[in-house]
Amino acid sequence: MSEEFKLEVVNPEKSFLAKDDVTEVVVPAFEGEMGILKDHISIISFLKPGIIKIYSKLGEEKYYVEDGIIEFKNNNLSILTSSIFNIKDMEKSKIDEMLKVAEEETAKNNISDQAKYLIDQKIEVLRTIN
Amino acid sequence: MASLDDLKKRIASVKSTQKITKAMKMVAAAKLKRAQDSAEKGRPYSEKMNNIILNLSEGISDKENAPKLLSGTGKDQIHLCVVMTSDRGLCGGFNSNIIKKAKSYFSRLSSEGKKLKIITVGSKGNDQLKRVFGDKIIENISFKNSKNANFFDAEKVSKIIIEKFQKEEFDICTIFFNQFKNVITQIPQAQQIIPLKTDINDKEKSEDNYEFEPDEDEILTNLLPKNISTQIFKAMLENSASEQGARMSAMDNATRNAGEMVDKLTIEYNRSRQAAITKELIEIISGAESL
Repeated sequence: MSEEFKLEVVNPEKSFLAKDDVTEVVVPAFEGEMGILKDHISIISFLKPGIIKIYSKLGEEKYYVEDGIIEFKNNNLSILTSSIFNIKDMEKSKIDEMLKVAEEETAKNNISDQAKYLIDQKIEVLRTIN
Repeated sequence: MASLDDLKKRIASVKSTQKITKAMKMVAAAKLKRAQDSAEKGRPYSEKMNNIILNLSEGISDKENAPKLLSGTGKDQIHLCVVMTSDRGLCGGFNSNIIKKAKSYFSRLSSEGKKLKIITVGSKGNDQLKRVFGDKIIENISFKNSKNANFFDAEKVSKIIIEKFQKEEFDICTIFFNQFKNVITQIPQAQQIIPLKTDINDKEKSEDNYEFEPDEDEILTNLLPKNISTQIFKAMLENSASEQGARMSAMDNATRNAGEMVDKLTIEYNRSRQAAITKELIEIISGAESL
């Protein structure tokens, strides 16, 4: 029996990515990283800034996301996100710029704890891929 | 009767107008293709989002304490209407249709004694509404500078709406936009986004039980603001496709009318030229006869 399931990544503008030969996906869920294999229980969760790792026959692919929701049902994984980038295509200058914006944001005092947590996460992730 | 020279000038001017409308039609057709594409590509996202929210709101355990964005404030006194129009004119009935729909809704509200607040998106709607409802407009947002509808703009609008909701400035929020059906038909729509209306009949109830991580309430609190952005973005996409479609058919009509007018004027020109020649001939002949 094959160990593959379907994956679809959509952003508001278009369907970003669709695959039907995925063996494992690791997503940065809000309460920690979560690996999803075939026949996972139906689940809905949302994402924090982090890296999505997709494993298929072709190997590993990595994407950077800032937010999103995932839904897994009947071996279909849908990831809805408004900001997703393939790490391979991210230029250093762009990462630097994003880091700068995020650092300015976190320096502000008037943001909520949760927002601050998310931004700190974002900075951390951006630093690791930089 | 107009002189030959005047007629000539008029024909020339109608012809150049025709050229302009023809060019605008072509531009609109090209843009329509793109707008339609992005409207279609944007659909999966909003559909999926809707599905997830539907599943979530069914699974929610404590309906009383559901997030306010879903359940509403429990009142319906103050209505916020977001009227989404274009920034450019010359697109037939596109803007007027939305305004007409909105105005009839407004008058119904005021006859029921509800309070009304308006946010206009796009400058054309603001121009048309500010004469009558000027004191009700609390915000005017315009994206003249962005070329295509993008999610970033939609998020800006939704941020403003949510901020006002949290300050309890309104109870119910409705957006007005044109839904794109085809090039000649656009349907003005009024869609309530706060509190969210879930159409259970829309979709068969799913039997599965989902696992939620973290719990439903927390996901919903995070998801609902996003859903509002998504709905607004969808409206923006539909609107931009509709706008180009409306412009295209309006310009097509204008081009055809100009063609008819040129034909009519040409006939008139030829007739009066013929009349002038005949008149001269008669003068010559009667002159010769009198000798």
